Amino acid sequence: MVNKNRNSNENFSCVDEGKKEELTGVDLSYPCPDIRGRFGEFGGRFVPEILMPALEELEEAFKKIYLTPKFQEELAYHLRDFAGRPTPLYLAERLSEEFGCKVYLKREDLLHGGAHKLNNTIGQALLARSMGKTRLIAETGAGQHGFATAIVGAKFGFKTKIYMGLEDVKRQKHNVYRMRLLGAEVCPVYSGSKTLKDAINEALRDWITNLETTYYLIGSVVGPHPYPLIVREFQRVIGREIKEQILKKEGRFPSALFACIGGGSNAIGTFYDFIKDEEVELIGVEAGGKGLSTGLHSASLKAGTEGVLHGAYTLLLQDKYGQISHSHSVSAGLDYPGVGPEHTFLKQIHRLRVETATDDEALEAFKLVCKLEGIIPALEPSHAIAYARKIAEKFDQDDIIVITLSGSGAKDLDIVREYFDIEERV
Amino acid sequence: MTMVERIKQTFEALKEKNEAAFIPFITLGDPAPSFSVKIAKALIEGGADIIELGIPFSDPVADGPTIQASTTRALSQGMNTDKAFELAKKIRKIAGKTPLVFLTYYNIVLQRGVKNFFKDCSLSGVDGVIIADLPVEEAEPAFKAAKSKNINLIFIVAPSTSDRRLNIVLEKADGFLYVVSLYGTTGARKSLQEITKKTIKRITKRAKGTVPCCVGFGISKPEHVLEVVRAGADGVIVGSAIVDIISKYGELKNGVLEKVKLYAAEMKEATK
Ligand SMILES: Cc1ncc(COP(=O)(O)O)c(C=O)c1O
Repeated sequence: MVNKNRNSNENFSCVDEGKKEELTGVDLSYPCPDIRGRFGEFGGRFVPEILMPALEELEEAFKKIYLTPKFQEELAYHLRDFAGRPTPLYLAERLSEEFGCKVYLKREDLLHGGAHKLNNTIGQALLARSMGKTRLIAETGAGQHGFATAIVGAKFGFKTKIYMGLEDVKRQKHNVYRMRLLGAEVCPVYSGSKTLKDAINEALRDWITNLETTYYLIGSVVGPHPYPLIVREFQRVIGREIKEQILKKEGRFPSALFACIGGGSNAIGTFYDFIKDEEVELIGVEAGGKGLSTGLHSASLKAGTEGVLHGAYTLLLQDKYGQISHSHSVSAGLDYPGVGPEHTFLKQIHRLRVETATDDEALEAFKLVCKLEGIIPALEPSHAIAYARKIAEKFDQDDIIVITLSGSGAKDLDIVREYFDIEERV
Repeated sequence: MTMVERIKQTFEALKEKNEAAFIPFITLGDPAPSFSVKIAKALIEGGADIIELGIPFSDPVADGPTIQASTTRALSQGMNTDKAFELAKKIRKIAGKTPLVFLTYYNIVLQRGVKNFFKDCSLSGVDGVIIADLPVEEAEPAFKAAKSKNINLIFIVAPSTSDRRLNIVLEKADGFLYVVSLYGTTGARKSLQEITKKTIKRITKRAKGTVPCCVGFGISKPEHVLEVVRAGADGVIVGSAIVDIISKYGELKNGVLEKVKLYAAEMKEATK
């Protein structure tokens, strides 16, 4: 493993050495992130000066509290009794038959709220509370992160405001209503492409204006340092559980892990604890939209170029002048022209394999899982399933693959119905 | 070309006259690229001491609705960085000794190549660069490139900036210091906030005259200018109020250049 940033340990400099190993359970020589918030050369903190002190405060609060037994116990309690962890690692038998290898699904769709997002929002809400903040703001694309934020807003008694691009408000009505039911204010965003990236812009503007009271609860491993670190740490529970469960069930590691990548939180959560296990292939699947050649996609890792968006240096979809492109995906949760800096780094060092699945392929996979497993998956992880299916023949009968089913498709029914109606008519 | 230090000279001249600097901002390309030179000319005629030229970026997180909308208009008119440098060259020709300062976001600079960007600034007669999302910690490459071309990389400080951070920024400060006047994004406000005067006093006290401190965000009226100058500011930066005039009167109505010039004159008067 590349090891040029040994000083990454300083991220946890407030914790003594012994505890570090025990609690994080990883080799901290994996250089991520270093003291400047860099994963290799990616990441960092490119934000207006006014936010710098807030990010420093956040980093300090996180470092101080995260590894303490009290915080870990409280987090574990809420994840277990409220959110429903651990989620099952389920052997999908008919899918296995179809694919010709052993397919396990990590059932994040069964987490309260219907997606992996709650792992992160519970963690960050506890952090916000410890910092004395009274108000939560968040961006949302599919509405899953907004919903997960609304849940912790209600549960922990925060005033909550969710920014959501107008396009997404329209295509994810169901989630808008759910957020409002839980007492969150949902604010449609009319600027730019009216999707996730613009919702992040607007959330940042709100934060700039209300630093004192407000905690910005970002929903993926994107944004300025320390967010990619914080969100990763709260999503790592996915991979940690997979490791334990697969060893118990099979006594060996899977050949490959698959996860979809929007900003990258369910993917890094799935992959992180396997980074050192080099025999396990890590495969991230981005939204290929209508095909990479059409320009209508969200494949920042596969087709992007390096630049700065939302505070991080990473791979982006942009033009040669640095204007950010509009991304496209049938799944709102993947519709983002950037990606977490850690993924960009993992790709660069060839630890992460990046692939894509198109809208059509994702919808086919969606149907397949419905019919074969009695599970309605979200459109986002349907991309991961679609790609796994595509390369399944390369695996042997008793090879194991694990696909993170990051969410339930309940939110996607309108889109799916519309899509298949059209298809059936033509 | 021998390098002129227009920003430094401007502040020295103002100091002698006991005036503060009036620094208007426009978004290049709003409402159309061809129009930006005319607006810059009107501002100079009105008495602008320095002109800030915004190179639009698709995702301007530090900007409020007014400048966001202006950015969108400019980009939809095909504005880009090549054109920004062409416009800067044209404005340089009519600007005399008035310094020109680019204001943009880091990705715009990065995609041109940091060194190239500052080289082109130098070739186009641009004197300074403000990068809205480049804190001092990340500024090393830009700082080096700017220095090598004798361009002032202008840093921003805000009400939230601690004294510790302020000292770090002051060490690197060049040209002038951009003091953000409030917790918020750009945009005209009806009245000044208490925090504005407090911030100006705290920052000018620490700067001790080593670098001029110019105050921006929310300033739109001559009364505001009087207040911030009285609090110790060496200059005022006015953006949204001018963008508002331009968007209200638009390109086609002849009155707009006259309106911009009159407004500039009125604001300049308040700095005296
Ligand atoms: C179910 C589901 N999966 C995946 C994503 C993509 O986010 P990330 O890449 O951060 O996991 C989302 C985002 O809304 C989602 O709702």
